[in-house]
Formats: sequence, structure tokens, C-alpha cells
Amino acid sequence: MDGGGGSRENVMVGGAYTEEPHVLAVDDSLVDRKLVERLLKNSSCKVTTAENGLRALEYLGLGDEKRTSLEDNVSKVNLIITDYCMPGMTGYELLKKIKESSMLKEIPVVIMSSENIPTRINKCLEEGAQMFMLKPLKQSDVVKLRCNLMNCRS
Amino acid sequence: MEVVQMQRAWVEYTKSLFREGFLDAQFQQLQLLQDESNPDFVAEVVSLFFEDSERLLSDLTFALEQQSVDFKKVDAHVHQLKGSSSSIGAQRVKNDCIAFRSFCEEQNIEGCQRCLQQVKQDYCLVKSKLEALIRLEQQIVAAGGSIPMEELSC
Repeated sequence: MDGGGGSRENVMVGGAYTEEPHVLAVDDSLVDRKLVERLLKNSSCKVTTAENGLRALEYLGLGDEKRTSLEDNVSKVNLIITDYCMPGMTGYELLKKIKESSMLKEIPVVIMSSENIPTRINKCLEEGAQMFMLKPLKQSDVVKLRCNLMNCRS
Repeated sequence: MEVVQMQRAWVEYTKSLFREGFLDAQFQQLQLLQDESNPDFVAEVVSLFFEDSERLLSDLTFALEQQSVDFKKVDAHVHQLKGSSSSIGAQRVKNDCIAFRSFCEEQNIEGCQRCLQQVKQDYCLVKSKLEALIRLEQQIVAAGGSIPMEELSC
């Protein structure tokens, strides 16, 4: 993923790479939310979970309700990891909304899916997803993710 | 029973569950995520899986009883069950779901009903086995012992 280095620094504040990156994990499955949360916490990440795209966007400040301090949650989120198959707004649709937002587009987005479909993967990567991960997630996947997150800074 | 005997029983029981295909490597991933600071992680995730599965199996039963079966809905439920069973390593249930989805695609009612019976059977089996395993773990811990995860790789 490429882009203006300067603006990215403003979004990823708080020593994201040396301390605890704040990850927003989106998945409609309760089991998977619990699993991804534990995996991320084990890799020293702070985790917020959301059960669907709408809730995720609300958390990020793009919801219907107008907030006075839109920047609060946004500046704290260093990574968004989302399931692809979700009822209502899919992970792909969520990815598009994030990339279309000037406020959010610098935040790396990772898509997870239980299905290994090359056209799906390419579609997401073309839309700006940082990575595509196959479920079920394992500890080694999250380690890879953290390395990837560190590298994208350079 | 002494702690050592319980630990040995735990190892044997766990190995048999893998050998007989009830559980796969993903379950080991869950076990790896459990430690002193998260001593009930496996029990918690498994419990979420039970709740989720029971709801889905009930929805599936209802959906297949309809005069006009909505195969898209049936498939959506099976997809969810496949996802959560895959995430916790409940291999037989996951494989049953894979077969189930093919029948959904073919819009084959009898095939779907057979699959539903099969998945219910395998779900009940894995549920009672996981409950027994977790009970044994709790007994070991209550007796002051630890769960000998490292012995699984022998």
C-alpha cells in the first residue's frame, strides 16, 4: 500500500509500532470475534470489536449520528481487520467506505475470509486492502500481520 | 484420582479426539491461547460455539420444514455453522457443513435433510466430548495441577 507518508503519521499516533496498536476487529460471528480478539491481544494489540460494518463505521466516526469530536476514535485506530462475508454490509463494502473517506483512508484494512477465492482476494487488494487472510486464524497469521503492519511504515 | 493420573487421562483423551477426527489442529491453536492470565479461554469459546450452533441448528430445522424451502437462507445458516466449527477445530461438524452446502446448491431437499441429521449427530458427539474434556481440565486445575499441553506433540 502506498500513499503520503506525512498524513499516515497523523493517523497512526501513540507509538503504534513500538507499543500497542489499536485494532478494530469486525465480524458477525461471536466465536470468531472472541478468537481474533484473543489472538490480537496475545500480540500486544489493544482491541475493539464490532459485529457489523455499520457499527464499525459508527465507531470510526462515519455513522449517522454527528459527533462533536470525530477525531477521537479515528486517531486511535491503527488497523481494521474485517470478515468478508457479513450480512448487510460486506467486508468489501466496508473497505470501500473506509477508502472513500478522507478521514479514514490511511488506516490499513485487512480482510479475512474462510473462502480462498482468487477473484475475491484480488478485488479486495485492488480496492486497497493491506492483506487478505484465510480463516480460521492462527497465531502465526497474527504474527505475520504485525510484521506487515510494521513494514508498511517504510 | 491423583493429578498425574488425571493429566495422563487428559492427554490420552485429547489425542483420541484428534485421532478420531472430532477435532483438528485449529483446536490446538485455541489451547495455545489459554494461559494463566486467560485460564478459561477454551471453555469460553467452546461455550459460545455451543450457543451459536444450537441456534443455527434450530433455524436450519425450521427452514427445512417450510413448504417452500429458502435454500439461500439454509445455505447462509450452514455457512455460519461451517465458519464457527472451523474456527474452533470441530472437524466433523465442519466437514458435514461442506457436504451440506453442496446439497443447498443443488436445491436437494432430501440431501439437505440427511445432512442436517448428520450434522446434528456430529454436533452432539463433539459437544459431549468437549464438555468431558473441559470438565477434566477443570478437575486438574482444581487439584493444583496444570494442563500438560506439551505432551500432545509426542
